[in-house]
Amino acid sequence: MAILTIQHLTKKFGGLIAVNDLSFEVETGEILGLIGPNGAGKTTVFSCISGFETPESGKIDFQGQSILKKLPFEICRLGMVRTFQIVKPFPAISVLDNVMVGALLRENSVVKAEKEAHRIIHFVGLEKMKDTEAKGLPLPLRKRLELARALATKPGLLLLDEVMAGLNPTEVDELIKLIQEINREGVSILMIEHVMRGVMALSHRVIVINYGQKIAEGKPDVVVQNEAVIEAYLGKEFINAKSA
Amino acid sequence: MNRTYILLGLILAVLLVLPLMLSKYMLGIFIMMYYYAYLGQSWNVLTGYTGHISLGHALYVGIGAYTSVFLAQRYGLSPWIGMFAGGVLASLIGLFLGFLGFRFGLRGVYFVILTIAFAEITRLIVSHIDALGSFTGIFLDFNPSFKNFQFKGNIPYYYISLGFMVMSLIVVRILETSKAGRFMVAIREDEEAAKALGVNTFKYNMFAIAVSAFMTSLGGCFYANYIFYLHPNTMFGMSLNIELILRPIVGGLGTLFGPVVGSFILTPLSEVSRAYFAKGGMEGLHLVIYGIITILVVLFMPKGIIVYLKKWLKPILSKE
Amino acid sequence: MDSALALQLLIQGILLGGVYGLIALGLSLIFGVMGVINFAHGQIMVMGMYASYWIFVLLGIDPYVSLVAVAAIIFVLGYAIQYLVVNRILDYPEAMQVLPLVSTGLILENIALLLWGPDHRSPQTALGLDSIWMGPVMVDTSRVIAFSLAILITGLIFLFLKKTTMGKRIRAASDNRTGAVLVGINVDRINNFSFGLGAATTAAAGCLLVPIMPISPYIAHDFTTAAFIVVILGGMGNLPGAMAGGLVLGVAESLSTLVLPATLKQVVSFTLLIIIILFRPQGLFGGKK
Repeated sequence: MAILTIQHLTKKFGGLIAVNDLSFEVETGEILGLIGPNGAGKTTVFSCISGFETPESGKIDFQGQSILKKLPFEICRLGMVRTFQIVKPFPAISVLDNVMVGALLRENSVVKAEKEAHRIIHFVGLEKMKDTEAKGLPLPLRKRLELARALATKPGLLLLDEVMAGLNPTEVDELIKLIQEINREGVSILMIEHVMRGVMALSHRVIVINYGQKIAEGKPDVVVQNEAVIEAYLGKEFINAKSA
Repeated sequence: MNRTYILLGLILAVLLVLPLMLSKYMLGIFIMMYYYAYLGQSWNVLTGYTGHISLGHALYVGIGAYTSVFLAQRYGLSPWIGMFAGGVLASLIGLFLGFLGFRFGLRGVYFVILTIAFAEITRLIVSHIDALGSFTGIFLDFNPSFKNFQFKGNIPYYYISLGFMVMSLIVVRILETSKAGRFMVAIREDEEAAKALGVNTFKYNMFAIAVSAFMTSLGGCFYANYIFYLHPNTMFGMSLNIELILRPIVGGLGTLFGPVVGSFILTPLSEVSRAYFAKGGMEGLHLVIYGIITILVVLFMPKGIIVYLKKWLKPILSKE
Repeated sequence: MDSALALQLLIQGILLGGVYGLIALGLSLIFGVMGVINFAHGQIMVMGMYASYWIFVLLGIDPYVSLVAVAAIIFVLGYAIQYLVVNRILDYPEAMQVLPLVSTGLILENIALLLWGPDHRSPQTALGLDSIWMGPVMVDTSRVIAFSLAILITGLIFLFLKKTTMGKRIRAASDNRTGAVLVGINVDRINNFSFGLGAATTAAAGCLLVPIMPISPYIAHDFTTAAFIVVILGGMGNLPGAMAGGLVLGVAESLSTLVLPATLKQVVSFTLLIIIILFRPQGLFGGKK
């Protein structure tokens, strides 16, 4: 069963069509990778799904309910949370306080929320930094903080926007393990990712978009062999050169 | 933590017995210290904790003052009750301003200008309402009694203003540690991120401005019954808008004790130098000095004096 | 309604509006380059007015003549404010940027109070009381001159921004700060110069007002807010918009006296301001949002 269904989604910015008649589904429990070249409209898709942008047309259903008219905070309450490609920590407060903001969504008691925040900080491995101001964290740890905060809202579906960008291979591997563990606990994941190592290791399925349109869909190892995909990433010349 | 409470208890005890040894003039200075600490704290709720810069908080001071005085003069209502009527009215106007500002997503400077515009419009309108004393303002009759919120001598005002300040500290402390307070801080730090994490930012913005306006207006009622004279330019004017924000910024924006520390430093400085320079025919010099100090603090201690005070007190407070 | 009176008010509004535009041009220039709102703008202008006043009283030089000298003096003042204060707060959060400039205004206002007292001063300049007929209505000569010079100075500033290297650098920094740094422009110096220029512009406007209205330290606030309103009307950082916004504000304030007491004319301008920031935050004349 699908946790998220997108049908004929279209979003324009002035004359530019960022997302063009895009349809896809995220199955409950799966990790779906959303890939495509820079400027393909991936982040715009996220912004539409999470309520930060209003699409011109199309349908978005989350757990069988339309969320097209919902505000970002309402969507989060329903159980879908996003991270930001350019991370947005609350800079002047501690890591613990950052995560508590997320935890307080499901928990009215500050004491219980703090306990929950501790648990999640432990889970993502930020324990040593819990009292550090978020602006003092290096980028890889900020990405973890972004993830931790999102997890604290107890999502059913997690939207990850390039959480692996800028990390070294070891850090990527650590994050892969972490995301697998999150998924094992029953959280469905839709992720935008450029780091192919992460995409290949994690995704059950992959959707490729270019110029806001879906150009391929399927198992990751199959999709990356697809000619349209190679063309989108590397250009026509590359394919011509290969076949010549 | 316990030591912090002991220190605060000691300070409070000293402040409580202080009137026994202070002259009337010195009492007056302390009253102004508490009053501005209280106003600064009220403003801090909106600007310090939630991050929306108001440069028009005199609006709420004026509403509190005029409402309670009007109700007392016209209907004989005790200012103790009129104070809350003023508070509710201030909240409603704050909510209206907030509705416009937050619904239309006014950021930074635009929000600042909205707050100035509201305060100035109100000042001009009040200046033209005869029932509110128009340009000449309102003189209060002196009928000392508890019910009338008017007293002989400064001692009752001393304790009332101290009570206001302590209450504001308690309220903000509760707020700071509550869910609402944490959401407000999240909004200040990054409103988009807060939305993504499920925070109903509009609701908490409105909550912050309502609380802030309510608290500020109670201060206005106190001030009116302390100085017995209301004038649109002093109650709603730009100088009060500025006075109000100086202390919490100098003390430490968005911190519990920042407004108090700021007021305990700036208010005596302002009052004493005002008196001193006015005698020498140098009116205005105290404000020049005042302006220079605030600039220096912002340039060289942008997190406020409280940070240095905390560092300095750390060895005393952290011993187990 | 008395149409002759309305016409008279309309013309007066336009004439004063030109000066408003010049004041706001300075504010908009500063905002465009540095992204800070100069909360001391009116106070800087009043300093210019006093300079002009004293040059007239002590040396007998007419404000229209001393204008260049006054602008130069206030340029130095603006340069100093930028160098000493504003350059250090550019990276601060907005709440912290407000206070130093508000305090700068407080300092200037009270220096004026300290030196020259709270009394209103109006010098009897040569053309101060003259008036001329413009079609069916009579207007003060000083207002006509103020308007014409305001337009002339605005034109000169645009020419400066368009043609000179410094002007081009200022426009570059205003357009894209990071880009300006990347192509090797010394942005600190541009900042100092821009603030100086913005201050000089408002001081020049102040000189034009000297024959028209009495000077006092306390008129500064009203001009600071008037400049805000004009800049918002014209669009933040939109320089041609500032002149247009000035005319709109001048006319709106002037015509409002047909139905409201003159002391309430600011209610009209503030209401206009609120409507603009809510519904057209890019300003009346800005195309894009």
